[in-house]
Amino acid sequence: MRGGVFADMSEIKIEKLETDLLIIGGGTAGCLAAVRAKREAAELDVVIAEKAHIERSGCLAAGMNAINAYINPGETPESFVSYVRADAMGLLREDLVLSMAKRLNEVVQEVESWGLPIEKDERGNYLSRGRWNIKISGESLKPIIAGRAIDSGARVLNRVMITKLLLEEGRVTGAMGFGVRSGIFYLIKAKAVIVATGGAAGIYRPNNSGSSHHKMWYSPFNTGGGYAIGIRAGAEMTSFEMRFIALRTKDVIAPTGTLALGFGAKQVNSLGERFMATRYSHLGAEGAPTPLRVFGPTQEVKEGRGPIFLDTTHLKEEELRELKKSYLNMYPELILSWAANGFDPRERPIEIQGTEPYLVGGHTQSGYWISEKRETTLEGLYAAGDVAGGAPYKFVSGCWAEGVIAAENAVDYIRETGSTEESAESNDCLFTEMLRVYAPLHRDDGVSPPEMEERLQKVMDEYAGGVSRYYEMNEHELLLALNQIKHLQTQTRHLRAEDFHRLMNCHEVIDRIDIAEVLLNHLLYRKETRWPAYQSRVDYPYCNDRDWLKFVNSKRVNDRLEILERPYRQVVGGDRYVP
Amino acid sequence: MSVKIDPLLCNGCQGQDEANCVKLCPGDLLMIDQETGKPHIRNEADCWDCMVCVKGCPLEAIETVLPYQLASYKATLKPRVLDGKIIWHLRDARGNEETYELKTSS
Repeated sequence: MRGGVFADMSEIKIEKLETDLLIIGGGTAGCLAAVRAKREAAELDVVIAEKAHIERSGCLAAGMNAINAYINPGETPESFVSYVRADAMGLLREDLVLSMAKRLNEVVQEVESWGLPIEKDERGNYLSRGRWNIKISGESLKPIIAGRAIDSGARVLNRVMITKLLLEEGRVTGAMGFGVRSGIFYLIKAKAVIVATGGAAGIYRPNNSGSSHHKMWYSPFNTGGGYAIGIRAGAEMTSFEMRFIALRTKDVIAPTGTLALGFGAKQVNSLGERFMATRYSHLGAEGAPTPLRVFGPTQEVKEGRGPIFLDTTHLKEEELRELKKSYLNMYPELILSWAANGFDPRERPIEIQGTEPYLVGGHTQSGYWISEKRETTLEGLYAAGDVAGGAPYKFVSGCWAEGVIAAENAVDYIRETGSTEESAESNDCLFTEMLRVYAPLHRDDGVSPPEMEERLQKVMDEYAGGVSRYYEMNEHELLLALNQIKHLQTQTRHLRAEDFHRLMNCHEVIDRIDIAEVLLNHLLYRKETRWPAYQSRVDYPYCNDRDWLKFVNSKRVNDRLEILERPYRQVVGGDRYVP
Repeated sequence: MSVKIDPLLCNGCQGQDEANCVKLCPGDLLMIDQETGKPHIRNEADCWDCMVCVKGCPLEAIETVLPYQLASYKATLKPRVLDGKIIWHLRDARGNEETYELKTSS
């Protein structure tokens, strides 16, 4: 060993594990999947491989103040599908959204029974906050579900980053990865695998730079590992071009649903106009689909009527206290920033802005192409949560529902197929992957992960519709970006790490570069503008149902990305553009 | 800045396998300094300001200090974690104080 870095591959400890069900990612979807699998089949061994520590990992680290996908009294799973369909501009996998919607209330009530406080009225009914939303005191949401996953008997491998799926004769039979502190190489054999790692932040240059480059809304530690292992294994992916851009408070990038839905704040421009009502009334005004609620304010700024605010000056003192409590349950640093900057939302409106684009299948629909059983196109591999495609508007409870559905079907699959034969293939695979994983530790000279991340983010921001381009793009720019990203893929062999933490950072960049290639191919292929802001093709500025009411999918075949088209199917009747 | 750890209050969670903050950080950013036996942050800019380590510290030795480009000097937000609830103490730049009590489990 030389300065904490391996000089020789023989110094690396290899740990081989066998399990029945491997869950990659112990977050929102993964924890619920583990609990359900153990309940359905107590005799099965379940392993969760988690990159951080399960107690506070992933998007829910700080907590949540609402459940935003719940079938409130008077609504049905079908009315939910109609709403989400209009919100997704008429194109989504209705079978997936419907099957998820049917499980939403069950999973919310289950987590409530584990100790999640849900706010109720005097008659004991949940307090709603909008049509599909209920209020919770969810600061401890993550430890509550993580604790339950551990109590269920699932084994947890904390601080393990999965880098490759094990494939034997076309079937997924486990995964490989490394300990981000220990450096141990893991080979985990499993009869079935559920991928539930979350989406990808850090592909585009963020709103904030330098000392605040991680002051973003989506977890900066969700770096798309689940997408990347699927892309490299040849799984079919869908709708990467439907990026997610969130409307957030300026600077600290806190969620705004709390202000709009919880406290009736309206968007206004610098002239005091309620521009969503005046310019977008035909599309639903302030209730317009989510992409338009980002597109609208972005246009205001582009056309010189910025900045944009959410008007909170109507709030009474007691309401302001309630507002602060809501944020303390989910995003406490916003309250700290107001206190530091002498900001009072009753005196001045709250400035808002769009974030950099993320890939998040729980809000939009980029991810694995899956069946209603949440099977991916690779046998033995299931997907749930932000990494699963086709079903937007999942948020926390929808990810729970998908985790449960994936677990039930993975358990059935394990019972039907039984174990796999040990093949020589997995040993060859192991050494190839070890060489790839640890290579950055052997380099004395080269590129650091932050340097390569900056390059990736600059290219994507400037040529593929980032914040600095008002999310707009055209074919020439996208082709240029693709060229640069392909070049960057050849540069990853110069990445250099001084320790295992930096080695994790290296693979987080490699994964995001692979994701960027897929994203660019999807953005190039869809020749319309289906989701303004999320996917603004200025060379094809209109929505075109005649040619493009279909899914853009892709998969890697022999190191080349192939694009496939898949048809849209309407399951719930009614006008696709009316919620 | 990101998190500030008070070296006088912090005892490195003596007696535990792992200090709470080192265990909980979702970005694996906190590590024990071999010389002092106390935690420090690898890279301040990589902090998400999620306050998980602040809430997890049994000695209330950690404070989130937002980057100066986002928040002026100096306000504090300190949680006291109790069974089933958190009491948050907020002190703004002018010294005004507010307290909020929030339920965390039922």
